[in-house]
Amino acid sequence: MPLYHTEDQAMLADTARQFMADEGNIAKQLRHYRDMNCKDGFGHALWKQFAELGFTGILVAEADGGLGMGHVEAGIVLEEVGRNLTPSPFLTSSVMAATALGAASDELRGRYLPGLLAGDSVFAVAIDEGPKHRPERIATKAERAGNDFKLSGAKTFVVQGGSADMLVVAARTAGSDEDDAGITLFAVPRDAAGLSVENARLVDSSQAAHVKLDGVQLDADAVIGEVDGGREVLNRVVRAGRVGAAAESVGVAQGSFDMTTTYLKQRKQFGKLIGEFQALQHRAAHLYSELEIARATVIKAQQLLDAGSDKADLMVSVAKAKAGKAAGLAVKEGVQMHGGIGMTDEYDIGLYMKRDRALAEFMGDLYYHADRVAKLSGY
Amino acid sequence: MSDLEAFRAEIRAWLEENCPPEMREPPRDEDDMCWGGRNFQFKNEAQKLWLERCAAKGYTVPEWPTPYGGAGLSPAQAKVWREEMNRLGARPPLSSFGIWMLGPALLKFGTEEQKVHYLNQIARGEIRWCQGYSEPGSGSDLVSLQTFGEDKGDHWVVNGQKIWTSYANKADWIFCLVRTDKANKYQGISFLLFDMASPGVSTKPILLISGNSPFCETFFDNVAVPKHQIVGEVGRGWDVAKYLLGHEREMISGAGGNDRLNTIGAFAKRNGLEDPLLRAELAMFDVDALAFSAMGEKFLDEIKVGKAHPAQPNMMKYAGTELNKRRHELLMAAGGSAALEWESESSNHGGKARSWLRTKANSIEGGTSEVMLNVISKRILDLPGA
Ligand SMILES: Cc1cc2nc3c(=O)[nH]c(=O)nc-3n(C[C@H](O)[C@H](O)[C@H](O)COP(=O)(O)OP(=O)(O)OC[C@H]3O[C@@H](n4cnc5c(N)ncnc54)[C@H](O)[C@@H]3O)c2cc1C
Repeated sequence: MPLYHTEDQAMLADTARQFMADEGNIAKQLRHYRDMNCKDGFGHALWKQFAELGFTGILVAEADGGLGMGHVEAGIVLEEVGRNLTPSPFLTSSVMAATALGAASDELRGRYLPGLLAGDSVFAVAIDEGPKHRPERIATKAERAGNDFKLSGAKTFVVQGGSADMLVVAARTAGSDEDDAGITLFAVPRDAAGLSVENARLVDSSQAAHVKLDGVQLDADAVIGEVDGGREVLNRVVRAGRVGAAAESVGVAQGSFDMTTTYLKQRKQFGKLIGEFQALQHRAAHLYSELEIARATVIKAQQLLDAGSDKADLMVSVAKAKAGKAAGLAVKEGVQMHGGIGMTDEYDIGLYMKRDRALAEFMGDLYYHADRVAKLSGY
Repeated sequence: MSDLEAFRAEIRAWLEENCPPEMREPPRDEDDMCWGGRNFQFKNEAQKLWLERCAAKGYTVPEWPTPYGGAGLSPAQAKVWREEMNRLGARPPLSSFGIWMLGPALLKFGTEEQKVHYLNQIARGEIRWCQGYSEPGSGSDLVSLQTFGEDKGDHWVVNGQKIWTSYANKADWIFCLVRTDKANKYQGISFLLFDMASPGVSTKPILLISGNSPFCETFFDNVAVPKHQIVGEVGRGWDVAKYLLGHEREMISGAGGNDRLNTIGAFAKRNGLEDPLLRAELAMFDVDALAFSAMGEKFLDEIKVGKAHPAQPNMMKYAGTELNKRRHELLMAAGGSAALEWESESSNHGGKARSWLRTKANSIEGGTSEVMLNVISKRILDLPGA
């Protein structure tokens, strides 16, 4: 398959680009909801518009009323989200939770997917239990009690946890903390007794929650996939999140890069445009190279994932690491090349730096994924 | 016991007895430091006591001569003082642009009267200074500055605008670069001192990405500055300005800082890092941090006795600030999602993230990294065309 967008994908990209630039831009969304100190950190009206355009159902099967598309298409939307720093629950709901629900019973899909497709529902995914991404270790327990399960434990960095109507929770039904087997995924409704969600605003003004499960009682219907067999689905969810975050990172990098090159062509010092200084030209050219390479890793990973290739896992980690690295460089160079004005809140470049920081951490940072690349490569 | 060892014993005993326990840990951020000035609100009694005790002995500016409020320490003694302060983890009793920047310039270029007057005020923390250099059109190209002082016989009337003036809204006085001759680029700038309460001075705070607002736009609308408030000669302010920048850069570089605070392995140990690559990255950082610390010691020893290249502060500023930015990148990585929090109590209201963002200015303020590299190419390496 060629590593560029098909005609249909290019059309989707046009739609997404126009829509996000018009409706999802920084002034209308990020700054607006940030400055009003919104507890959800995003606008529900925009989320409805995502639904009207069909975005919310990109990864939902056609049989369930979705578009039945893949990670390439989800990534197209995410790149525009990144470029405009658009706050939305798209990544957690339509990418990660939708992937989990794809493995769920008719009953669960019927319960949750219509709300997602309509842009009425928000979902979150609760996996990590410490400050660093470490899905290999799940200590949260789900104990059987007859036909029911009782969940106890704590989850961290649950993005959109505070606004979610349902949380996909990874818990342990057998084995010890580090075991691969013995994981079960649950669809936990927000109003379940014993579930407490404490919102925390992050540096990029997004919301991530600390979630506590204190004997949350669920019946067997709430299980997504097989009891004890959740690892396989969890891996799929995590991969979807990683490649999605990588696509968003590329958008963040591109947005920051565009602002910066524009500034290099405007700002004058020493009687010259600062873009005339070769010291800056070379760095901009280097950044361009890194960004192109990052973009290639992302589309490669998306396609492998969509094709169900067993090489996908490695490439997803490569993409998450490389896109994060390129975006990290883009925002640092962005602020530095703006000089004093880059440090001001009034100017947007700093917002890119903040978003990049949160995205880099989400679903595993450069170090985590580089380590995975080593392990998957057999060393 | 050598004289220096006796001196060390004396300093150690004095610090043990006089440094309040609360002052034996690093300040959390700029807001937690003691800046002095007419309107300064002490954070606590310990901070006030620490300033008073040090000021009485000349220890706020240990190397300045005693008639100007210092303790008159020799370079060797001053080094002992720094080492003993670091050993105890004691924070500086007073932080100020007066100490770091204006003071050294006055010591070199000021009249005797100016030295006695201004330096004593600085040493006691009575007057807080801000720096009026940058303008909207003149950042890296500082010498193109436009703020103009019109000669009115016994005074100048200053008009114009400065920007990025740190703490202009909290400062009592400003040291300011003002063009007094429009025909002469380098030799048409004068270095003036004036009260921020003078009629015609106004400030407007600018919000930073860290959420704090420590710097301002500063406007001058017919501000009268008496002629005796010039440092150096009329039209020779650029010499004073550059000399001062050398000291500013030395300060921003962090040379002479505390190893215990600058390395991050200890942080990793406390937080039980499991990631092998992050650990490797921290170790690489610690190599560079300890190396820079040795360089800092060498640099300070040499510069005080005139052995360092006069442009060396530019290299120190470049290396030190790039290192500090890396340090905070790694602290964020090591802190993980907890370090991303912006408001929660448990995160000290986003302390880690806000500090991380603040460090991004280190390679901009006081001259950007690019400008430092240009200066090194030109003045130290003598490269063609640089
Ligand atoms: C937190 C903070 C506090 C500050 N406090 C003060 C203060 O108290 N008083 C004061 O007077 N100023 C202060 N400044 C201002 C600071 O000195 C300037 O921001 C700095 O000198 C850069 O100028 P500029 O912002 O105009 O950027 P510009 O000069 O416009 O630079 C933009 C970019 O172009 C690059 N560039 C410019 N020229 C060249 C070249 N020849 N070759 C290669 N690259 C080049 C720069 O390195 C930078 O990356 C402060 C700045 C900050 C961020």
